[in-house]
Amino acid sequence: MKTLTEIVVPQLAESLVSATIDKWLKQPGDWIDIYEPVCEILTDKVNAELPSTVAGKMVKILVGKGETVPVGTAICLVETEGGANEEQPVQAGAVTAAQTTTGFPDSAQDAPMRGRFSPAVQQLAAEHSVRLTEVTGTGLGGRITRKDVLAYVASGAGKSNSAAGAATAAAQSAVDAAAQVRSSGLHLTETPRLPKIEVEGFAGAGRGDSFIDVTPIRNTIARNMRQSVSEIPHAWTMIEVDVTNLVLLRNKLKDEFMKREGINLTYLAFLLKAVVNAIKDFPIMNSMWAVDKIIVKRDINISLAVGTEDSVLTPVIKNADHKNVAGLAKEIDELARKTREGKLTLSDMQGGTFTVNNTGSFGSILSYPIINYPQAAILTFESIVKRPVVINDMLAVRSMANLCLSLDHRILDGVICGRFLQRVKDNLESFNQESKLY
Amino acid sequence: MAAMDYIDAIRLAMKEEMERDEDVFVLGEDVGVKGGVFTTTKGLIEQFGEMRALDTPLAESAIAGVAIGAAMYGMKPIAEMQYSDFMFPATNQIISEAAKIRYRSNNDWTCPLVIRAPIGGGIFGGLYHSQCPESVFFGTPGLKIVAPYRPYDAKGLLKAAVRDPDPVIYFENKKCYKLVNGDVPETDYTVPIGKANVLREGEDITVIGYSMPLYFVEQAAEELAVEGISTHILDLRTLQPLDKNGILEAVKKTGKVLIIHEDNKTGGVGAEVSAIIAEELLYELDAPIMRLCGPDVPAMPINPPGEKFFMLNKDKVKEAMRHLAQY
Repeated sequence: MKTLTEIVVPQLAESLVSATIDKWLKQPGDWIDIYEPVCEILTDKVNAELPSTVAGKMVKILVGKGETVPVGTAICLVETEGGANEEQPVQAGAVTAAQTTTGFPDSAQDAPMRGRFSPAVQQLAAEHSVRLTEVTGTGLGGRITRKDVLAYVASGAGKSNSAAGAATAAAQSAVDAAAQVRSSGLHLTETPRLPKIEVEGFAGAGRGDSFIDVTPIRNTIARNMRQSVSEIPHAWTMIEVDVTNLVLLRNKLKDEFMKREGINLTYLAFLLKAVVNAIKDFPIMNSMWAVDKIIVKRDINISLAVGTEDSVLTPVIKNADHKNVAGLAKEIDELARKTREGKLTLSDMQGGTFTVNNTGSFGSILSYPIINYPQAAILTFESIVKRPVVINDMLAVRSMANLCLSLDHRILDGVICGRFLQRVKDNLESFNQESKLY
Repeated sequence: MAAMDYIDAIRLAMKEEMERDEDVFVLGEDVGVKGGVFTTTKGLIEQFGEMRALDTPLAESAIAGVAIGAAMYGMKPIAEMQYSDFMFPATNQIISEAAKIRYRSNNDWTCPLVIRAPIGGGIFGGLYHSQCPESVFFGTPGLKIVAPYRPYDAKGLLKAAVRDPDPVIYFENKKCYKLVNGDVPETDYTVPIGKANVLREGEDITVIGYSMPLYFVEQAAEELAVEGISTHILDLRTLQPLDKNGILEAVKKTGKVLIIHEDNKTGGVGAEVSAIIAEELLYELDAPIMRLCGPDVPAMPINPPGEKFFMLNKDKVKEAMRHLAQY
């Protein structure tokens, strides 16, 4: 296939915008090799031979000897083999086509910007007592522009409307009605909704039963839970922790933290720090069963169980051991938010090596978690409750919380887990008023 | 009145000022015998001799320092930074000395100095020959900064800068040198520093800019007029001090404003212009303030597609203008 290619005046030197053809070295009909000079050109700075950018047969000279043309102007046409250089003109064509089709949006169609008024529009509307609902919007998404109001005023329409200010205010309050999305805290709403209910009333079957479609996420949860319970011999243990000092520490720091970081400082962040530090001391907790061997993972990636109304997901805090309490708090907030907004990506879900579940957030004081397959253990953080406790043969009111641990008994035994939990407990109890978040 | 290239207007301004006042002299790298790498100072050494067209060593800090000293003793130096990219070794002299002399000496000393520096890319100059350093000097009280776009302003502002009793940085756009052409009176005139200029009257959108990008704005405005979009164009001309009233008037005209410059967006002149508008004109705005600037990347790429990506052009400008008009 033969195509015609233009040779253009290149940018020969900085600041040059034009060049003059001094002499043509090739004539129509001549064969030109790539980089072979086709003509001599004169500029304010340099005089040079212009090499060809393609190989082919010179077809036509577009700019004669002695003529001065701007940089980028085509000066001759060369016929080349193949369509390697076709792409550019096609692209340019596409761009112009796209530009010419862009017109003003049709205001009769859906108009999401109809109710958004710029300060200029509101001011003009108030000034001329214009009821904005009667003005046609020609802006983006049906928006009423300043010019629309001016045109409306100029046309003399709507002169009798004096209550225009009220209309503007009413339109604005409608805009505020959008629902808010919760972005922090692990609390569930009081009346959980039932997803996709389909009631089938069988004749004579009493009041009829509800059938709920199994969603893909429900199906995944079911499969993972079944696999975990059937393959892993679970064992369970629990320890009690005195978190009174931690409560005091958090109360001292949380307002400042909210101001500084804009997120809640949760107990969970401190717990994660305590757990991660304990895992560092007992790396076997961070492992998985591989039939003929046990794989101990080097990275400590904490899967965090986050519940929503109708499912539970376990997004992962990667390299949790590299983060301080503040960093963990941010990660928790981020993952919880993404989970609730349904914005978790596959990479958020992968690579977990140990799971923590904040069961206390829904009021539990004791739970028996199922291990997040194929990990070796899962730990729950139960509700913090004030209880009378005996210290040095005296009664004291302390803030207490339970930590529950389910473990894969193929990998772990009671002694190591007991020591691990004891270390978590020590870590949690050693937080005090002087502990640093950063 | 003669049609003249931007670069010729700059050269003419220096020639006229040197003829008018023998305290005026130029200094810089290759400004004498060679006549400047862009030919900006061509012919000056022949007319005024080597004492008034000084070739200096490759040391921008020394060029600025010598010029500051001469200015303090009553001379009127025009110091050339060959490319504004090379200006940074002189920033300490300019910011810490030139800008502060009047203040520091309680009005005893002044520094009537002009520093000319070519800015801008699109000339295959890459990292060291393409920068727009306006924002580096922009926030320094004590400095005046001008950046003309039309040849008329190039001549008038340079003459005003020479006659100004305080240091003025004169940013000329090297891409404009041969590209921008216009009428320039051969008479003696100055363009006041601190006054913006309306390049085109319009009523749909306002575009505020300076230097080279206005070339694209004018072209785009011409084409958009065919589509029924009328553009009001304001050439800032002076960046420091900004013509606040000129800016506010231009914005009031349409309520929709696009600020445009080649220097990158973050911390650029457009940010300040935008802040002025936001502070003074909230109730006149009909659309969010828009900025179209160079991207926040460390340097102008030397590869042609990269440079093309970096640089503004007529299509990018037109697209932004149309977008604002449609809002």
